[in-house]
Amino acid sequence: MTGRAIWQLFGPVFLVALAAAIGMAVSSSIQIYVINALVAVAMVAAIYVFVGNSGVLSFGHISFVAVGAWTAGVLTVPAEERSAIMPNLFTWLLHASVGNFSSLLVAAAVGGVFALIVGVPLMRLSGLAASIATFGVLEITYNLLYFYERIGPGSSAFSSVPETTDLLQATLGAFAVIGVAFMYQHSRFGQMLRATREDPAAAQAVGISIYWQRLFAFFLSGALAGFAGGLFIHLLPLTIQDMYLPLTLLTLAMLVVGGVSSLWGAVVGAFAVSGLDSFLAVAEGGIDVGGWHVGLPSGTRIVVVSAAMALVLILRPAGLCGGREFSLDRLRRIASRMRQRRG
Amino acid sequence: MSNISWQTLVDAAGLGAIYALMAVGIGLVFGVLRLVNFAYGQLIMAGAFALAVAAELGWPVWAGILLCFGVVIALSLVMEWVVFRPLRTQAPAVMLVATFAVAFLMQSVALLWFGAFGKIAVSLAWLNRPIAIGPVDIRAITIVAIVVAFLCLLALVLLLGRTTVGLHMRAAAMDFRTARALGVRANRVITAAVLISGALAAIVAVMLTVQNPLVNANFALRDTIIVLAGVVVGGMGRLSSATFGGFAIGFVSGFLGGALPTSQSQYLPSLLFGLVIVVLLIRPGGLFTRGRGSVERV
Repeated sequence: MTGRAIWQLFGPVFLVALAAAIGMAVSSSIQIYVINALVAVAMVAAIYVFVGNSGVLSFGHISFVAVGAWTAGVLTVPAEERSAIMPNLFTWLLHASVGNFSSLLVAAAVGGVFALIVGVPLMRLSGLAASIATFGVLEITYNLLYFYERIGPGSSAFSSVPETTDLLQATLGAFAVIGVAFMYQHSRFGQMLRATREDPAAAQAVGISIYWQRLFAFFLSGALAGFAGGLFIHLLPLTIQDMYLPLTLLTLAMLVVGGVSSLWGAVVGAFAVSGLDSFLAVAEGGIDVGGWHVGLPSGTRIVVVSAAMALVLILRPAGLCGGREFSLDRLRRIASRMRQRRG
Repeated sequence: MSNISWQTLVDAAGLGAIYALMAVGIGLVFGVLRLVNFAYGQLIMAGAFALAVAAELGWPVWAGILLCFGVVIALSLVMEWVVFRPLRTQAPAVMLVATFAVAFLMQSVALLWFGAFGKIAVSLAWLNRPIAIGPVDIRAITIVAIVVAFLCLLALVLLLGRTTVGLHMRAAAMDFRTARALGVRANRVITAAVLISGALAAIVAVMLTVQNPLVNANFALRDTIIVLAGVVVGGMGRLSSATFGGFAIGFVSGFLGGALPTSQSQYLPSLLFGLVIVVLLIRPGGLFTRGRGSVERV
């Protein structure tokens, strides 16, 4: 990793820190949206590790989020309440308990192992076929977690999970995922995978195995997504419905709006779409504009988010950040250009 | 083999026939554009809503079907014009995620428009009455589905094999650039593929509403995901293998749904997609392809 490259990390870190600062300044009813956005940043950066670096789209990453959430949730519901909330749980799961921090690590481990297991067959496919096949993973996970009540609450909400994802934990979690994503991207493996994205033939010609590189990224990205799922379940009581197609759409929209092929784009997109989505959520609840109470019909959020996603893809397929990493030089160039224009 | 399993087999073949038509609709557009249209299910949903609205207004059945065709084909052309055309030069992944967004856009618009409970399309419900063939009771729609699918596929084979536009479409599917260089007009071929694909979506909408008259915003969403998996399992590279894949996954899905006891049939999606993953593990290039198929080609 060169000294220059480390400056690319400045942008994402700055945005997360800024969000944390805003979160500290606002009221607790607004703060929940900031925390949500930070968890979304963790999820999107996790998905970016695979999708961004490999160029292969995945619709299956929310299943790793769900698996991580289920793991962290089951292990942290207070043991005395567990049999009341999840009466059909396996006996060995009734008594296994870990703390908040360990639950996130276990969530990451389970997410990673799950990704590895499904990645072994899926990564053999061509990019497009693999993308479609990842839908199957999402369907399987949704179906099993919805009906199989021996490993969780099934179709009911995951209540009584300690709500430990406050502003601090969300911020640190987002930092952690961004940090790992950045280190991977600049590692030998990350560079090799990016080479296969740019030119599969040339990459293979210099001895890079597309299969193994994609599989490793899928594993790492699944682990990070599991970790993000752990953060998510410690935020509020969720049902499996919250980790299905709508969240898949939302996280993909974040990735695509910012620009799939850079970490900076992933973080910018996550904040941009989170902001839009939170605003619309508030508006659906009704807002007061100049004395009038205006409420958008519920469901407007998905219309606007999916329309924004489609529009960005049509008008600017590389995303808002154009697939480039954050760069101080470019910032300086833009600043000097503006100064010249003024002078 | 008992009579119940015969019944299950025929019903499964009916579902397979409908899924095969969806696979053809998706495969035709994929052939010329290298675009997997995830929003195909929402075209079917729109057609189903057209049927439901027509039924609500008390229109005769033929008018409802006409409206269904009109709505679906118009939407297909709009989709081609607004979404596919500007994205034609983009990577397949970009186009796939764009159609995913369009699918959700159409779904949520339908949700806003028609509400969460949806509508009921009753006009063709008489096709659900059973016909006794020997000892087996078969619903009329199952036979209709199989016959219609067979006729559509036959017509398509003739169109692709015997007409100029069919020849152009096959050429474009094989190598779009070379085909263009040899005088195949890109827009005409693409429009033809989108038109046929839309007409197939309308036919599927008519048949699905008979089996499942309750039309809501989620209509055909699950079916599309299953058909897409079937297309990958069959092999995306060729229209015929994709169609077989669609039929196979419909057949297996219908068969498992009928054969499994209720306590296990809730796990049908897991079983089905688990099977998909196992098949892909053994034959990543597709079940019905020769050689390496859709494995990464360079």
